[in-house]
This record gives sequence, structure tokens and C-alpha cells, in this order.
Amino acid sequence: MSKSLKLYGGSALGVAVVLTAAYNFADRNVTAYPERAALAGPDPMLAERAPEPEPSGGLIAAANAEASGAGAVYGLGREALPQEIAAWDVDIMPDGSGLPEGSGSVRDGEMLFSQNCAVCHGEFAEGVGNWPPLAGGDGTLADEDPVKTIGSYWPYLSTVWDYVHRSMPYGAAQTLSDDEVYAITAYILYSNFLVESDFVLSDENFTEVEMPNADGFIVDDRPETEYVKWRTEPCMENCKDEVEITMRATILDVTPEDEAEAETTEQAAAEPVEAAAPADEGGDGMQIDMALAEEGEGVFRQCKACHMVGEGAQNRVGPQLNDLIGRPMGGIDGFRYSASMEEMGEEGMVWNEETLAEFLVKPRDYVEGTTMSFNGLRSDEDVAAVIEFLKTHQSD
Amino acid sequence: MTQSFKGPTPSRRQFLSGAAAAGAGAVAASASGAATPDPKITELQPWATGFGEGVDATPYGMPIEFEDHVIRRNVEWLTADTISSINFTPIHALDGTITPQGCAFERHHSGAIELRKEDYRLMINGLVDRPLVFSYWDLERLPREQHVYFCECAANSGMEWAGAQLNGAQFTHGMIHNMEYTGVPLRTLLQEAGLEAAGDLEDKWIYVEGHDASSNGRSIPMSKAMDDVLVAFKANGEALRKEHGYPVRLVVPGWEGNMWVKWLRRVEVTDAAVESREETSKYTDVLEDGTARKWTWEMDAKSVITSPSPQAPIQHGPGPLVITGLAWSGHGAITRVDVSKDGGKTWETARLAQPGDPKAVARFYLDTTWEGEELLLQSRAIDETGYVQPTKAQLREVRGLNSIYHNNAIQTWHVKTNGEAENVEVS
Repeated sequence: MSKSLKLYGGSALGVAVVLTAAYNFADRNVTAYPERAALAGPDPMLAERAPEPEPSGGLIAAANAEASGAGAVYGLGREALPQEIAAWDVDIMPDGSGLPEGSGSVRDGEMLFSQNCAVCHGEFAEGVGNWPPLAGGDGTLADEDPVKTIGSYWPYLSTVWDYVHRSMPYGAAQTLSDDEVYAITAYILYSNFLVESDFVLSDENFTEVEMPNADGFIVDDRPETEYVKWRTEPCMENCKDEVEITMRATILDVTPEDEAEAETTEQAAAEPVEAAAPADEGGDGMQIDMALAEEGEGVFRQCKACHMVGEGAQNRVGPQLNDLIGRPMGGIDGFRYSASMEEMGEEGMVWNEETLAEFLVKPRDYVEGTTMSFNGLRSDEDVAAVIEFLKTHQSD
Repeated sequence: MTQSFKGPTPSRRQFLSGAAAAGAGAVAASASGAATPDPKITELQPWATGFGEGVDATPYGMPIEFEDHVIRRNVEWLTADTISSINFTPIHALDGTITPQGCAFERHHSGAIELRKEDYRLMINGLVDRPLVFSYWDLERLPREQHVYFCECAANSGMEWAGAQLNGAQFTHGMIHNMEYTGVPLRTLLQEAGLEAAGDLEDKWIYVEGHDASSNGRSIPMSKAMDDVLVAFKANGEALRKEHGYPVRLVVPGWEGNMWVKWLRRVEVTDAAVESREETSKYTDVLEDGTARKWTWEMDAKSVITSPSPQAPIQHGPGPLVITGLAWSGHGAITRVDVSKDGGKTWETARLAQPGDPKAVARFYLDTTWEGEELLLQSRAIDETGYVQPTKAQLREVRGLNSIYHNNAIQTWHVKTNGEAENVEVS
């Protein structure tokens, strides 16, 4: 959900918004906004069932009380171990607490960003297609179509580090080292002109970085700005003199219903073709294990975010994968491959079951500098399955 | 999960152009009498002489094929891909208040994961007396509660801020579902871990996150956590669906859907908000001057007429007409819904099918007569705090056009003389 929600924000001014005609709201009967529910005290039902402390204070009882701590009623759950907490409790607070020791430079970050992030966010963090831009938008927040990026909108740098560390790269979350996260964060700052090219970000200087929109947020003020106005007795009759239609959804024609109908037609048309192809054979007499291919379809979900395959497949973040077996590496005209991928293709290398298998285990080892920010499939079985699935999308 | 139409269901376009009129004819003719005997009555029908399916034909049933158009749909241009995206509940085709799980909207940030109960862990840590790890089975041993609550994405109707855009209640208002949850109060788990270490709870928070790759962390004030937040494992009587967080999700009644963390993995007691990505760069509401509201958790009162609506046009001629829709409020129960047929000049109070429940969807009906005239249909919800659902003009006056989230404005459908309806904006 990004700015794309407002597809046609630019034409907003054309909307005739009549603010003055309107509703005869009475100023009386204003109901006070109920205060947020007060904190519940100890639940009496639970308190009643709480174990009574042993008056004599036997050793075992004392140890139990110690272990279960105040409030434990049911004795369910087990104590979390420090290693377990360390593994999961990785959030970073705005004051930088939670940051691990480490550092990373803009220079290293540029390379890492190119390898891990640029496929979606662009080499300069400008964003690709519908994927979010991370840079730019400075001074646009009050515009008709604000560009909300890390530089223009995000109030805290801790959020950037935390999010890159725990949720990125997309499809391979939590695979970056701490130093790599520092470096990528530094590069994002650089791409927003917030630091110089020789900048090195570390846990030591982290809180010195000031985000431009740090003061751009207010806490929810609806109780004062809205609820007091709209907790009134509403008008029932003669509420306005006239009503005119000022805008119609069908003029924009962005509702997906028609697309779905078109798809249905396409699918219906495509069916006989598919049915005509022998189920156990694809391409030039290639044998296909359909059960394995079906499994591969499940594995392919990991690839789907970037690659399309099948009827009408187009290049997206990654190239479309129809007729992949036998295709020269870097072989789709007009798709922006890494230099190394193109070189391998020029050297005559071709995608087949062997090269694909090697690539899919560790893409970056096989094609150094590939823009595919995917760490590799987890098992040989997954690799075999996904290749089998791709074989079902060979046309000749 | 999302599918496009298939099968013999007539398309909306066909329907509206009259191609499906023959099918609806028999229904429409009821009042005017039949000229010839109806063969559906006079001739022996196959289902009246042979067999239907035996038991066990469908160990877990799907809706009958004739209803296969009642499905979640997405709007492709909204997001870059379906892994991090949203689809919409077909509210135009449902009645009652409970949303069946199979067509309840989905919102994922890194896809719907498959997590077995055996692999499920819930950690409570931070400012607690003893950090705990619960298994799924531990949760089933704690006292349970049941409640019906709506879950509405903060971005529901977000595409409509700048004007009428999507032509269908499913798309304008379908980022909502309403289910009966079974679960354990979060309060119980926090007390089990002990809150003495947290000291004064007034200024404390919890931070909640999921097992999926996005983790979708959110900060929630302790007062809410101790009030009505549920750690839920059943919805509408059965296990949560994968796409809604199986086996365990958080239920945060009345508050924006993004906080209802799915595949709940960890609850940390903190002394401040974490200010995660989902509560700073997203789910904050930009105002006209460029400043943004944060922590806009409550979903204000809202309603929509689900039928007639663009995807559910009037299929019969003049005469009796049922106008129906949904209303809900994050501040409490719906107490009243008004309906206007003339774009807000005059209003009449609709009938609530049941008295409204706090933070749950209410169904309203206006049993009326349609003379075949044009209508500008609107509905207006009022909740137990006296809050009256505002017009879009009122919202824009306060917030401008760029808020994206929390658009709870009154919706207008323009019903034409042929029964077709369109999403419009009126003065």
C-alpha cells in the first residue's frame, strides 16, 4: 500500500468538492470522547486462583515461587533461554538501543545495494515500477502527490536498520550480516544526500544522523479535531438544497472486473491448446515427471515475486521463464541483465538442467554479480522439482 | 487464493447489457402472473427423480458451483506483486454479519506461510518477570473467550480519497471481515510472565511480531494489551485459515487490521513504541500541510450499502426492494444506521437485523419500494459514542486528500432506471 493507492492523485483538483453546502449539524448533544479504558488491575478471577505462598517457606516452594515469579497463575509455558531471546528479540528502538556492534561504508553499501536491493528499488534507490522508491521526494509531503521515501518521510534511522535487517532483501529476509545492514543503511542515506560518499555508519555514530522529517509527525488528534465535530445529532430532512454528481468511477475505468472477464476468455481460448499437448512430454521429446513438476510449482512460489511463467508471461523484476531450457544466458532482448550474465551468454552458455541446477543452489556463486537477489533453493529436491516445473513451460 | 471468474456465471457486463435478462425473467414475472405453465413445475425434473450426491462426496465442502463468483478479488495495479498485497471480501454478495473464512480478505507482507502447530512458538519477553515460551498446546490449556469482531485494513476505501474510483462495494469497502474468534486474552499471557518488572503500566507498550519474513512488527500501548486483545486460534468455529495466520493470530478489537499480527511469534514488553516500519512509513496519515498523524489506531464508524451496488444491481422491476448493508465502529456498538435515497437531502432510519455488538459488524435493512426512479443511495452509521459517519467533504476539510488510510466517508451509489448502480461522488 503505497502512494500507488492514489493512482490519479494528480487529477484530484478536478474534483468538485463542495465544502460549503452541507449538513445542518447542530452544536448540541456533543458526547464526550470516552477516555481510553483504564488499565485493568489484577483479574480477580485469576488472583483468586493464584497459589498461596507457603507460610513455612520450604525450600522447594521458595524455589518454585522464584521460578514462576509474580503473577504466574497457571504455570504454563517454559522459561525462554537467553540464546532464544537473542535470536528473536532484534528490534531497534529510535534511541539506537538494540543495535549490535558493527559498521559499514557507503562504498560497500553501494555494491551490496546493487546486488541485493536494486532489482526492486533501483540502482539509485529511485524504485522500479510499482516497487517503493527509497530516495527523493524531498519537500513533497504537502504536494498533491507526496513522494514518501526514507529521506523525505521516515522519522527514525533505527526503523531503516531494523527493517533491512529483519525483513529484507525481499524473499531472502535475515540473510544480511550486521555490517552489511550498516553499509546498506549508509548507502540509502547517501542516495538521499544525507551523508557524503566517504561516510561510514556504525553503532557509535548511529544516533548522530538526523532524519529530515523527524519532526513531521503528530500523535492522533482525531478526538480534538474530528470527534468533537461529528458527535452531533445528524440532519434528517432538507439537509441540502441540491445534489449533483461530481465524479463517476466508470470514467476512470480502473475496476478490475473487465480484466477478469478478458482473462476468462483468454483462458477458455487457451484450454484446447493445452489439452492438445501430451501431458508427459514437453519440448523436443523431453520427459517430464508430472508429480515432481507439481511439487515444483509449489517451490516456484519463492520465485513468483519476480518471475512470470506460463500463458502471457512477461518480464517483471526478473525475466519471464517460458522456454527457458535451451535459452542462452541473458537471452531475453531488452531485459537488463548483470554484465556477468550477459558475458556468459556471449560465451555461448545456455540454460539447461545442469546449468540451472548449479545456478539455483547459489545464484551469486554461479553468476558473480547477478542482479537476482535470491540466496538459492534450500534442497537439491527443490532444485530438481522447480526445474521439472519449468520444463512444463517449453513450447516446442 | 484470488481467482478470476470462471464457469457459466454471467458476467456483470453481460448482465447489465440485458443478456442475462432471460434468466432473471422468471423471478421478475412473479407479480404479473404466468401466461403458460412453468415447465420447472409441470415437467419432472432430474433432481426430483434421481439421486443427488451421497455423504462423503465432499469431506470438507466448498460453496456450490453456482456461487463460484463469490470470491476474493484483487486490484492488480495497487501493488507490485501478489506476495505483498491485498485482496477484497465479496461483501456485495454476502448477507448476515459473519464473513466466511474462505472469502475473507487477505493482506500479506511476505506471503501466507504454512506453519504447523508443532513448529509454532510464542515468546513473551522484555520487561517481564520471567520471559516465557508457549507452545500451541499451552495456549489451548488457558481459559478461553469468544468474541465477534471486525478486522478492517486501515487502507480500506483508501483509493477513494481523491474521488470515486473503483466500481464495486467489494473494491471500495472489501478490506474488512467479521468473525467469531476463540482465543486467550493477551492479558492472561502477560500476567503469566509477570508484569512487576514493568513497574507502572501506564506508559508501557508491547511490541508484537509474526513468524513470517516480513514479521510486520507493531507497537501497542499496554492499556489496550490489558483490555481486550485476544491471542486467537479459532475463527468461526474452526482453525484459522493459513492466509489469516494459522495457527495463531492477534486480534486487536476495533483497531486497524495491520496490528492484528498473523502467525504471532513474539510479544515484548517495552518502555516505548518501537516505531517500526509499519507504524512510521506506513499506516501514518499525511495531512494537507505535509505533517502526518501517527498512532491512528481506532477505526471510526463506517457503513456501506452492499446491495444494491455496482456489482449487485437491482435485478427485478419496480416494487418491493430490500436495501441492505454493513456498519461498524472501532469505538463500540453500532446503534443506528440512516439511509438516504437522494444523495443526503433526506434520511430515514434503517432496521438493524440484530442490536449492534461492540467492535463488530452490524447488518442493516431498509425494506422499501422502488418505483424505477434514479437513486443516490447513501448510508450513515452512528455508534454508541454518538459519532456520526462523516461525508468525504467533511473528512477532506480536516485531512486534505493524501491521508490514504482511515477513509470512513459516506459512500454514494447512483442507481439508474435500469437498476444498474455506479460508484459516484456527489456535492
